[in-house]
Amino acid sequence: MPYDDEITRHAFPGARAPDRQRRIEANGITLAAYEWGAADAPPLLLVHGAMDFARTFDGFAPLIADAGYRVVAYDQRGHGDSDHTDLYSWVADERDMLAVIDATTREPCPAIGHSKGGSMLAHAIQALPHRFTRFVALDGLPYRSKHPETAMRETKSMTAEKIADWLDHRHGADRAVRKPGALEDLARRRARMNPRLSHEWLCYLVTLGARRDPDGWRWKIDPTLRSGGFGPFRSRWITDRLPGFPIPMLAVFGTVTEPMGWDVTADELAPWLPSSTRIEVMQDTGHFIHIERPQDTAALVIDFLRA
Amino acid sequence: MIEYLQHNRIRLALHMLKPGPGRALLLLHGLGERAPRRLPADCAGWPGAVHALDFTGHGESQIPRGGGYTCELLLADADIALARLGEATVCGRGLGGYIALLLAGARPQAVHGAILRDGPGLSGGGTHTKHPYIPVVDTSRVGAPDPFALADLATDARPPSYAAHYAMLADMRSPLPRPVTLCAREQPEWLVAVTAALGLEWTAFDDALQAYAHAPNGQPS
Repeated sequence: MPYDDEITRHAFPGARAPDRQRRIEANGITLAAYEWGAADAPPLLLVHGAMDFARTFDGFAPLIADAGYRVVAYDQRGHGDSDHTDLYSWVADERDMLAVIDATTREPCPAIGHSKGGSMLAHAIQALPHRFTRFVALDGLPYRSKHPETAMRETKSMTAEKIADWLDHRHGADRAVRKPGALEDLARRRARMNPRLSHEWLCYLVTLGARRDPDGWRWKIDPTLRSGGFGPFRSRWITDRLPGFPIPMLAVFGTVTEPMGWDVTADELAPWLPSSTRIEVMQDTGHFIHIERPQDTAALVIDFLRA
Repeated sequence: MIEYLQHNRIRLALHMLKPGPGRALLLLHGLGERAPRRLPADCAGWPGAVHALDFTGHGESQIPRGGGYTCELLLADADIALARLGEATVCGRGLGGYIALLLAGARPQAVHGAILRDGPGLSGGGTHTKHPYIPVVDTSRVGAPDPFALADLATDARPPSYAAHYAMLADMRSPLPRPVTLCAREQPEWLVAVTAALGLEWTAFDDALQAYAHAPNGQPS
């Protein structure tokens, strides 16, 4: 590649590229999938969060693979190297996730989800408990609002301005392009979403999650995607069913609030978790638990998987 | 005559069924349907132009790759058509009726009344209290209507409070005294909530059409 030296310069100690890559046909689009570990080891699914991509697991996934697992991660539609699609929705994301599992194994398997990936898994496991054995949520459980779902609450979250703003965005969305910049500029921009992650790590992520165009580096993520939900979906629909969660769960929480986090503490969510849930709180840790504390997180996960 | 409008990566078909002066009537079809090819007899009395939109994945509109339908996407489809027409009375069948309500709440200055009629997809997937469900879609069938649309828009959650919120936005911000008119007999929970929030009474379609046709903006009909 013409810019190999720029990529080499931003290599990150401890990060390990996947052992295998493939593309998976999923509902008329193709998704980029990555695997760490022996191809004949027991499979384990690893799901990233909103605005992220699978290679953000380059530090964490190899630690799980080295414990004897075939770790399978993938880029969600519109993210990383997966296809940009015409439409995006929660259900479409879940269907894509099931296509990745189908293309990996027909046996039930363990799954780890970070952030939105955890919530998608929690919902999919509630719908299809026979496909999963164990579930790890890395700050991946949605918040159960303390407010009842009243018209007043809807008014706060779906104001007239928010609705008009979303519709206005749709009118010009096809003309949206990501802003180009130098590699280190993209890393500094991403620090707004990832304030606790090192500049060196974010530079490494740029070499994977962005591409170099003639006018500079651009994140690969679909420019028509917007963060944050729009519509009737409320995460408490998932949380309300957590007391009956059908498989063993390890729920890992940080303690430091971050912009991309669910903004929920272990204590707040504990009443909705089955008594068998293993709850772990990482002190002085933010939303990206597995990136800030890869060794500690992997040790917890491996112990839980083997229990 | 078909005019094509761009909504993000999807090309939408807007059919003009009748030309005419003044405010347009915009027809929104039900789930799995398409825009009527000719002016429906019960709309013939409308004094202005009559247009009908094919939603994404329906009729002559483009079929997206890989699904991903939501009612909010269809709301944005309808908003693209509304922007083209400037101002319109919006009449929806089934799913199109739910979208007409959302549009009336989202664009209360441009929607000169929303008429909600019976038709396919009026209920959706009911309220959010159902068991979580991820529909499996038969992708071997090609062409409109898109099987992803049929699967996801027959199972989407329509919480009564969410629908009532759009109804209240329309009621508070529309210059019309009655921005939403109920012509449907089927009463899914979201529509019960809207009916209660606005104190709606069932109205014959022809009466609804006449009321909006002859009500100048801001004046009681």
